[in-house]
Amino acid sequence: MSHLIDEVIYMKDVMDEKYKKEYETLIRYIESDYPESLDGRFAGMVVNSNRVLFANSPEGIKVKWIILEDNALNVNIRVDPGIRIDTPVHLCFGILNKIGKQKINMDIEVGKDSVVKFVSHCIFPNSVDISHLMDARIHLHPGARMEYHEVHIHGKSGHITLVPSGKVRVDAGAEFKSYFTLKSGIAGDVDIDYEISIYDDAVCFLESKIHGREKDKIKIKESVFLKGNNSKGIIKTRVVLRDYSFGDITGEIIGEGDNSKGHVDCMEVVFDNAVAKASPIVFAKNPKSKVTHEAAIGSIDRKQLITLMARGLSEEEAIDIIVGGLLR
Amino acid sequence: MFFISFLDLPIMLSLKKFKVMRGGKEIVKGIDCDFHRGQIHVILGANGSGKTTMANGMIGIYPSQGKVILDGVDISDFTIYNRAKMGLTIAFQEPARFEGLTVKDYLLISSKDKSIHDVESALKMVGLPKHILYQEMDESLSGGERKRVELAAVYLMKPKYAILDEPDSGIDVRSFRKIADIILALRDSGAGVILITHSQEMISLGDVATIMADGRIVGRGDPTEIRELFLNSPCPI
Repeated sequence: MSHLIDEVIYMKDVMDEKYKKEYETLIRYIESDYPESLDGRFAGMVVNSNRVLFANSPEGIKVKWIILEDNALNVNIRVDPGIRIDTPVHLCFGILNKIGKQKINMDIEVGKDSVVKFVSHCIFPNSVDISHLMDARIHLHPGARMEYHEVHIHGKSGHITLVPSGKVRVDAGAEFKSYFTLKSGIAGDVDIDYEISIYDDAVCFLESKIHGREKDKIKIKESVFLKGNNSKGIIKTRVVLRDYSFGDITGEIIGEGDNSKGHVDCMEVVFDNAVAKASPIVFAKNPKSKVTHEAAIGSIDRKQLITLMARGLSEEEAIDIIVGGLLR
Repeated sequence: MFFISFLDLPIMLSLKKFKVMRGGKEIVKGIDCDFHRGQIHVILGANGSGKTTMANGMIGIYPSQGKVILDGVDISDFTIYNRAKMGLTIAFQEPARFEGLTVKDYLLISSKDKSIHDVESALKMVGLPKHILYQEMDESLSGGERKRVELAAVYLMKPKYAILDEPDSGIDVRSFRKIADIILALRDSGAGVILITHSQEMISLGDVATIMADGRIVGRGDPTEIRELFLNSPCPI
C-alpha cells in the first residue's frame, strides 16, 4: 500500500509531538549554519528515515512525495519556468535510529531559465548499521541554473552504506553545479555514481570532497558527456585517506560536441596505511573537442608543509591546515 | 678576498663550518659567516653558487653539518618549526600555492600577534588591495602577488632574522618600491635580513654584501663594491 501526499505544507506548529521531536533533533545538527531552519521558516523538506516531517514550498516550486511499498520515498520537485529562488531550498534526509535503511528516489526538474539552489543535509549521527540510497533524476531545461550542495554529517563510529547515484540532463545554455561534502565522522562504504549529459553551450561543475578514516571505502565514478557544441564540464575531486581507508576515484569526460571542453582534476592525499587509486578518463570523440586531466595521489605536498612550518606551525598543525584547505 | 670591518651591531646569526649536501654532493662547503642584528646582508653569486641551498640549509629544509647559532642558541639540530619559533624564517623564491586557504588565513597563521589590523597593514605595505585577503592562495593570485603575500607573512612573524630569497623576481617595476619598503621596515623593526638577489636596486638596500662562488664565500664588504667585483671578475664567481 502506498500513500500519496500532494503539495501538502506541514508547518512545525501543526506537527504531532512525535514528529516535532524528530524534526527538532535533526535540525539541531544544521541550525548553526542555517538558524532559520529551527523555527520552520524555510523552504524545503525534512525527512527522518522515510517519514516526511516537514515540507514547505516557496512560490514557484512544487514538492510532491509518495512512499512506495518497499518503503522507498519518491520525491518530486518541480521548479516552474522563469523563476528565480533567491534563498536556498533545504533538503534534510536523516536517520536518527541506530539501524535503518533510507531509499530516496529524487526527481528534480528545473524549468526554462529558472535559478535555484538546493542545500541538502544527510544526517546519520547514531549509526550502527545505516544505509542511505539516493537515486536522482535531474533535468535542467534550457537556460536553467541549479546548484546542489550535499553535506553529510555522520557519527564517529558504526557502519554506513552510502550509495548516491543519478542521471542529470543539462539542456542548452543551462548550468549545473554540484558540491558533495563528507568531512565529519565516519564515511563508511561510499559508492557515488553519477552520469551527466550536457547539451549546447551548457556547463557542468562537479566537486566532491571526502575525508576517509579507519576502514572507510570510498568509490566515486562520475561521467560527464559533453554532447552539445560549446559545452563545458569540470570534475574536481579531493579525497583525504587515513588509517586503513581505501579510495577509488574515476572521473570521466567524453567530448562529443564541437568545441566542447572538459577537465578532470583529482587529488587524493594518503596517510598511514590507506590505499588510493585514481583513474581520470578523457575521451574525445570529436576532433574539435578538448578534454584534459590531472590526477595526483600521494602524501601531503612537501612545499606547502615546509612553508607552513617556516611560519611557525608544527608538522601536525601544518597538515591540519593543508587538509582543511583541500576539503574546505 | 675582501674583508671590511665596519660593524658594531651585535651578531644575531652565525654559521660555523656550515656545509650542506645535496644528492651526495657538497654544495655549501664549510662556510663561516656572521649576520648582525638590524642589518640587511646581501648575498650575491652566480646561478649554482649555493645561495638558495645555503638558505634552505639554514632553516632546516636540507640536512647540514656545522653550526647555525641564532641569538646565542645553537639551533643546528632544530626542526624548521622550532627554528621559526626561535625567530628564523624564510620567504621562498617560489612561494607555495594553497588550495582552500585564503590570503587572510595565511597571513593570520603567520602573524605573531594574530591581529587582523596588522594583517591589513602588512598587505598595504606590500601594495596589495584589501580585497585580495579573500582570494585563495592558488592560481588565482599572480606569481608577483604571491611573492608579496609571502613578504607580508614574513614581516608579520616579527622574526629575529629573515632570509628573503630573490623577493624581487617576478615583481613589476612599479611594485619594487613597496618590496623595498617592507624589507627596510623589517630591518627598522630590529630584525636582520639576508637578502639573496641579483638585482642592482635590491643590492643598493644592503648594509653589507657577501659574494658566493662554488659553495664558498669569496668576498665580503660594501654592497656596491661587492657588486662591482661580481660583475667584473674574470673568474666564474
